[in-house]
Amino acid sequence: MYGCSNLMYCISEHAPHSSLQEIMKWNGWGYSDTKFLFNKKGQAEFTGKRYKLSGMIIPALKEWMEGTFGTNMQHKSLATPALTRTAVQPPTLNEAFVEELKSTGVPFSHDAEDRVFRAHGHCLHEIFALREGKVGRVPDLVVWPNCHNDVVKIVELACKHNVCLIPYGGGTSVSSALECPQEETRSIVSVDTSQMNRILWIDEKNLTAHMEAGIVGQDLERLLNESGYCTGHEPDSMEFSSLGGWVATRASGMKKNIYGNIEDLVIHVKMVTPQGVVEKSCQGPRMSTGPDIHHFIMGSEGTLGVVTEVTMKIRPMPEYQKYGSVVFPNFEQGVACLREVARQRCAPASIRLMDNEQFKFGHALKPQVSSMFTSFLEGLKKFYITKFKGFDPDCLCVATLLFEGNREKVLQHEKQVYDIAAKFGGLAAGEDNGQRGYMLTFVIAYLRDLGMDYYVIGESFETSVPWDRVLDICRNVKARIIRECKDKGVQFQPFSTCRVTQTYDAGACVYFYFAFNYRGLSDPVHMFEEVEHAAREEILANGGSLSHHHGVGKLRKAWMRETVSDVGMGMLKSVKDYVDPNNIFGNGNLL
Amino acid sequence: MASSNAYAQRDPMLKKRDDFEDILEERRNSSDLRYALKCYTPALYKGVAPCKSSMLKSMVLQSDQLHYVIQQVSKETGRQTDNVQEEVSAILDEMAHSLQLSTVRFFAFTLSKIFKSLFKSIRVNEEGIQRLQQAIQDHPVVLLPSHRSYMDFLLMSYLLYTYDLTLPVIAAGMDFMGMKFVGEMFRMSGAFFIRRSFGGNKLYWAVFSEYVKTMLKNGFAPVEFFLEGTRSRTSKSLIPKLGLLNIVMDPFLKGEVFDVHVVPVSISYERILEETLYARELLGIPKPKESTSGLFKARKVLSEDYGSIHVYFGQPVSVRSLAEGRVNRCQFNLVPRHIPGRPDEDIHSFVNDSAYKLVRAQEDNMVLKPWVLLASLLLQKQAVGQEQGTALDELTAQAVWLRDLSRQYGAFLHWPDQMTPSEVVSSSLSLHRGLVRTCEGKVQLALEHEGGAVGPQSAAALEEKLLSQAVIVLSCASYRNQALHVFLRPALLASAIHAASSNQKQEVFNSFSFLRNMFSNEFILCPGATVQDFEEACYLLVKTGTLQVTQKEVLVNERGHRTLAFLVSMLDPFLQGYQVVCRFLCEEATETLTEKQFIPAIRKFIIKHLLAGRLRYAEVLSSDLQKNSLAAFLRLGAVEKIKGPIELLIVFHT
Repeated sequence: MYGCSNLMYCISEHAPHSSLQEIMKWNGWGYSDTKFLFNKKGQAEFTGKRYKLSGMIIPALKEWMEGTFGTNMQHKSLATPALTRTAVQPPTLNEAFVEELKSTGVPFSHDAEDRVFRAHGHCLHEIFALREGKVGRVPDLVVWPNCHNDVVKIVELACKHNVCLIPYGGGTSVSSALECPQEETRSIVSVDTSQMNRILWIDEKNLTAHMEAGIVGQDLERLLNESGYCTGHEPDSMEFSSLGGWVATRASGMKKNIYGNIEDLVIHVKMVTPQGVVEKSCQGPRMSTGPDIHHFIMGSEGTLGVVTEVTMKIRPMPEYQKYGSVVFPNFEQGVACLREVARQRCAPASIRLMDNEQFKFGHALKPQVSSMFTSFLEGLKKFYITKFKGFDPDCLCVATLLFEGNREKVLQHEKQVYDIAAKFGGLAAGEDNGQRGYMLTFVIAYLRDLGMDYYVIGESFETSVPWDRVLDICRNVKARIIRECKDKGVQFQPFSTCRVTQTYDAGACVYFYFAFNYRGLSDPVHMFEEVEHAAREEILANGGSLSHHHGVGKLRKAWMRETVSDVGMGMLKSVKDYVDPNNIFGNGNLL
Repeated sequence: MASSNAYAQRDPMLKKRDDFEDILEERRNSSDLRYALKCYTPALYKGVAPCKSSMLKSMVLQSDQLHYVIQQVSKETGRQTDNVQEEVSAILDEMAHSLQLSTVRFFAFTLSKIFKSLFKSIRVNEEGIQRLQQAIQDHPVVLLPSHRSYMDFLLMSYLLYTYDLTLPVIAAGMDFMGMKFVGEMFRMSGAFFIRRSFGGNKLYWAVFSEYVKTMLKNGFAPVEFFLEGTRSRTSKSLIPKLGLLNIVMDPFLKGEVFDVHVVPVSISYERILEETLYARELLGIPKPKESTSGLFKARKVLSEDYGSIHVYFGQPVSVRSLAEGRVNRCQFNLVPRHIPGRPDEDIHSFVNDSAYKLVRAQEDNMVLKPWVLLASLLLQKQAVGQEQGTALDELTAQAVWLRDLSRQYGAFLHWPDQMTPSEVVSSSLSLHRGLVRTCEGKVQLALEHEGGAVGPQSAAALEEKLLSQAVIVLSCASYRNQALHVFLRPALLASAIHAASSNQKQEVFNSFSFLRNMFSNEFILCPGATVQDFEEACYLLVKTGTLQVTQKEVLVNERGHRTLAFLVSMLDPFLQGYQVVCRFLCEEATETLTEKQFIPAIRKFIIKHLLAGRLRYAEVLSSDLQKNSLAAFLRLGAVEKIKGPIELLIVFHT
């Protein structure tokens, strides 16, 4: 037991059973049963059964890690195995609030694990601290509303008793958005929307569906698929992230080229604010009624209220899907090809271009091949590309593709894209490579935990940028990261790489990955943050945006004013001041 | 004004400089032909393949920048785009270099021969070469040599060839093109040609800047140009020109490259080839147009001894580091980068400050020879009218004193310590025997003999005599000027103390600030660094025991008077010069004076005063000083230029 009275503990309800919390890591990414490790033979292995790669041996990973980061299997930096409850501060409870909350029947808890689980997203510093067993300010209470009306009650009580509310969806934030502000003295209540996970109706005439906002991406797709539909919204975090979170951060999905980003998909939103419920009166597909109030809600990052219900567009499930990949002699050609694809507006459901380092990284993640034949084929392919076609293995890069639609159109579309690629020296490199690329998207997040076991820390971050600056920003940001690390005394050159993940008419979304071996550094997290800060400065100086879809949170707040101008800040602030004058939604994001 | 303690870290004495190697030594011991035909495989920027000049031209022609400007010009003038395009091609053909290894090898051979006959040694800091080699592989590189001689750019390419570094492309003035054959030879050794003035010619500017940027961005070759814009005739560094620096910084500022490294290079000649040529030019004896035949006539210089050359490749300066915290690069986010625009005020001031920093870096690494100190001393003596000269041992003692002083001020002095001071002095004097004369153990400048009839001479003869004396004085002054940057700040302080009505620190500072401001067209004084310069000067003079500086006062030590007197005399010719220009403007320029008439008129005025003995310094005849002072008076608002059919200079009597 910790410093809280027995009585208090008794009155708290237990967390609902279906919570993801039970099957997820408390201090790392994803499911508890799934992780990378080095087995007794010293080979990398991916555990569990959930993914295609699960249970497989990844022979090249060890060498890649040693070569890329200078890691050593003997030097480990393992995480604290379990949360020490004494490390968690006892909750500051607003007793009157708790008392009234109890009468509403909404389940709640102030168990340390429940609170810690909802006190963080997945920024490097957050996970690093957890692995060291360090816990900062965490919510004092977690509530699990079951429906819109529960939320209304909770918000009313919070206003009445001046309690700070922090909405919580899937917990996949990478912007420090879930961190409790240090200076917050009120009781902080985490509003976990995970129990609001139903599809309320499907309207096949208008192709819309109405959901509760706590529904998690993979459940939403699965349930809609059962009725033959999909939303097509597939952010990389879709296994864990929630619909409400997508709305609150202006999320983007991998297949936005067909289905659109969240702002294109949302037809209607209901949000509970301290001033009451905000929503539109109809479901017209487009309106000219002044500034769109949805755009106050989308991207509000939990500062204005809780999104409770959303009506979204749905589409019939695609009849046919086909993966693909193209190898380019270099990144410049690859970008030129993506630009041309965007110009001709013929982007497939997804098209992503990895740079050379990432290509090699992807290579290191190839599972052991079972048959001699596949291995032979691989060898032949490699020979063809590097020797026959003369691609430099240290320059070439690869684009992965995903086509969707009816079979005939997909094949036609595929041909069109490959024809364009050929103009830029691209060679079709097979479906397998493409599919593996997308599978890795989900698996890659687990890899950071492995790295952290061996003194490697890393992060990804994104931006959007006009086409003419894509190459420049990629080169400069990567170089800046390398230089900053060098200046700060990192011994081994960092892994600094990028990919173009989305194309638009006027630009693209670029993802950067950066990681380094921190052995011998006294304050690696601080150093890491400085490098990340410098990288963001570089992005902005090269015409990139502050964020394409991760949001601002607290991590990037410092740049908000220069991003939206003083007047823009004033506009946002005045909305906040009207909607939430007492800062009930006090997570401190954005502004 | 911070305490001088803060300055201790920047003590010029602590400046670490590299050692030199003589590259001519090997040339004297092995075959020049084999050297010219050696295997030349420079390491390239990020391994890019070198670019053929035809490919470079087509890259420039196809650039978005040029495309945009061509459209714009066509719209404004109503000309067909094809027609404008043709003009662009023609400009490009006129401009572009066409580097050919065979020509480079030819130069390598002939220059080896010439250098060996002209110079004792050509010394290069090899550590600088190594730094440069690294820089060339990592970043686009800009070479910024000082410019004292036509030799400079040939020498630069020769050195890079010797060290197997990528040969630079060099921005050269169009005047070379006058020499048909030589011009083409230069072109084939990497020079590209720019018109001297093309203000307002949008198309020309676009082609020119795009040409330079294309080379730089792709890292095909280091770009070389002279920050000072032209050869300094006075051996003082010239106020930097910003045009090209703007162009080479632009790709970084707009994010087109991660960084650009600029490498200041200091080339110091023990004896300048053009020495008396410059003096004549400054005195208004017109400069011969560059011509091939003229160049061959200059062959007689081949038979003389020009001592040694020191070339110091400075620390590469990262433009990124210079811009850190100075420039907000986001300002380029909202307009497509290929649309040309005037640089904003903050960019302009950033480039300007950088240019000054770079010129100062050049100055810092200039190697000074003992002769420079001797010239300073002899000029001062001549000015106070020591007709019979200075005893050799006295001069030697003074030179040793000045050697120690200049070292304390951070001068990069190349004083051969293995020789006795008197050997050093006499060998310097003998190398410069055209300028100095030793007679019966007495040394003085080699001015015209007083001999001949002492009777009345015609005015024309007197004037001629004066001018020929001035040639010697100006030649000497050009050596003294090499050391000016070492003494400048202390000398400004010394003159300020001299001029101030009290020893109140504030008073001295005000007077320092006034002098510094007035001379900022004359010397390299970084804009906005008055306080810093004042502190540096105080620090140096306190350190050397000349002054005591308290919170409120500046006091001269007993033993400091000698130093102070020397420093004041160092600036005195300039001060007198500015005064005489001022007097001229007040007395003679009452009617309307055009800018064109200014130089001849003031020359006449000064000659009159010199002949009448009202003026001590013949070097005031230098047109450089006259132009600089006029520019200063214009800047300070004492004179106004009125644009019209003829430009008039109006003097305000204040």
